[in-house]
Amino acid sequence: MSDATFVKPAVGRRGGGSAVVKRLVRDRKVVVAGGYILLLVVLAIFAPAIAPVDPLAQDLSNAETPPVGFSGAIPDFLLGTDDLGRDVLSRAIFGARIAITVAFIAASLAAALGTLLGLLAGWYGRSIDNLVSRLVDVWMSFPAVLLSILLVAILGSGLDSVIAAIVVIDWTRFCRVVRTATMAQARMDYVTAARAIGFRRGAILVREILPNVIPVLIALLTLEMGIAVIVEAILSFVGLSVSSDTPTWGGMIAQGRQIVHEAWWVMTVPLLLLCATVIAFNQLGDGLTRALDPVLRR
Amino acid sequence: MAVITLFGVAVVVFCLLRVVPGDPVAMMVGPAASAADIAALRAHYGLDGPLPLQFLTWLKAALVGDFGTSITRHQSVLSILGAYLPATIELAFSALLVAILLGGATAVVATLLRQHRTSAAIDALNGVFLALPDFIWALILVLAFGVAVPLLPLTGRIDPSIDVPFATNFLLMESIITGRFAVAGNIAAHMAMPTLALALPLAAVIARVLRQALNEAMVQDYVLLARIKGMSELRLILHEALRNAVGPTLALTGVQATFLIGGTVVVERIFAYPGIGNLAIEAVINRDFPLIQGLVLMFGLIFILINIAVDLTVVALNPRLRHV
Repeated sequence: MSDATFVKPAVGRRGGGSAVVKRLVRDRKVVVAGGYILLLVVLAIFAPAIAPVDPLAQDLSNAETPPVGFSGAIPDFLLGTDDLGRDVLSRAIFGARIAITVAFIAASLAAALGTLLGLLAGWYGRSIDNLVSRLVDVWMSFPAVLLSILLVAILGSGLDSVIAAIVVIDWTRFCRVVRTATMAQARMDYVTAARAIGFRRGAILVREILPNVIPVLIALLTLEMGIAVIVEAILSFVGLSVSSDTPTWGGMIAQGRQIVHEAWWVMTVPLLLLCATVIAFNQLGDGLTRALDPVLRR
Repeated sequence: MAVITLFGVAVVVFCLLRVVPGDPVAMMVGPAASAADIAALRAHYGLDGPLPLQFLTWLKAALVGDFGTSITRHQSVLSILGAYLPATIELAFSALLVAILLGGATAVVATLLRQHRTSAAIDALNGVFLALPDFIWALILVLAFGVAVPLLPLTGRIDPSIDVPFATNFLLMESIITGRFAVAGNIAAHMAMPTLALALPLAAVIARVLRQALNEAMVQDYVLLARIKGMSELRLILHEALRNAVGPTLALTGVQATFLIGGTVVVERIFAYPGIGNLAIEAVINRDFPLIQGLVLMFGLIFILINIAVDLTVVALNPRLRHV
């Protein structure tokens, strides 16, 4: 089959891409949020080199020292220590590893699964659509937090289980949106044209419809990363995520919650990071939506 | 449809729980128990026999309200749920109430000030509230009102030193009805932070949707007519626009209310509040199968009831839907 080229709607790849990037760079919120996420990624990758001390090293003679700037602080421990004398700053930096890993892997896998089912349901319709839609309904009629706790309890704790739980729960978000978008695209003229030229149904789905669904997907994916970070933190908080010798923000919060009257900073530092990360992913998602959606751009 | 969903949930959870590695009976008796002892216990908790048979036995009992016996607490699941559910119901209803009042007030104020610069500030602030979930709000409140300005109690439902008999487990309702306001105040203080943590994200959603609906309603002809008649701006919003804007908001509030129920799980954990959310985490960690099974069905039932309630209210508020 010849590589037929015909005019596509303006959402296409070429030309549109650089304009979107230009719009994103001009959006101050996106730049700040993106910069923060990038910083977090760098911290996560080079954590052993950046963290001032070993995050697991206990120094019981210096337990519960406050952050620098408060009375009793020790300059060696910039953000203070916990009840075992471990450095809060180093633990927070290492905690970024788990948060970023879960954010990227879990969100991408959830997006992949949801998109696949959404495309199939939206394009082929009929019994496939019925089955997928019913599945989504049942899935969403259940409290997500409880479901994730249940799943991790079943799968056993650990990073893989946390990621699996997030994927198993959150694919529905992508599925619903992609299904609707696919159905809308399927009615477009370019799809009819592709059919008239003689493209196979599967080829139209992958080569014509999928690229036009991707803008919606990217924004949703960014939002999902924020959700994934929260879910991981909740599971760590409950004690169902990675083993306790791996520092996580949720684990630090759980530990800090116990000693909040003696050492408030143990809980405050990871909580601030968590807040900033969630807001950053949200701003990034909103910014992407604004940049990619021609209707919202006034 | 609702019944099928509930049945599906029951089957799935039942099967999943049975394939979990980790034997609750072995965990319970310890290494010294004989094989015969373990077998007897298994039979007692309905954990022997092939899977489908186990399920049928469980279902038959469940249909007459017998959800089995909790493995860790050695009490009937139904009585445990009866003891913990009222705490969650009181918490969820107060959170819903606070969210509606807070979100509604914000939307009305933002609409009043819609030509003013503060309106943009309200929107920006609302965006932050939308982004942060109940888990984070709960922790922020712990730091703010539990540690920095220690105004409120951090854990529990009622001060343990208060020794008054209660006839029901609806402690707040009961003490208000019987006029024990000091006790009610103590309970309300314990509930304040978990309630607020659950209410804030929902209030932000309500504020945004209601504000949009109000903005659309405010440019309608009937509002213009009322304005010509000389009605004040606040009365315009409250008497004319709100009535038409409230329908779509309500439908969405219902969906969000199910998230609120889900949120109780982790918020109750943070404040050690003795509701079914906290109970659920404990049950999962202890692999208390009968209790988990009962809790999951309970959550499913609550979700279905919320959806029915929302449908009925939406119809009641919108006369156009009544004859369909």
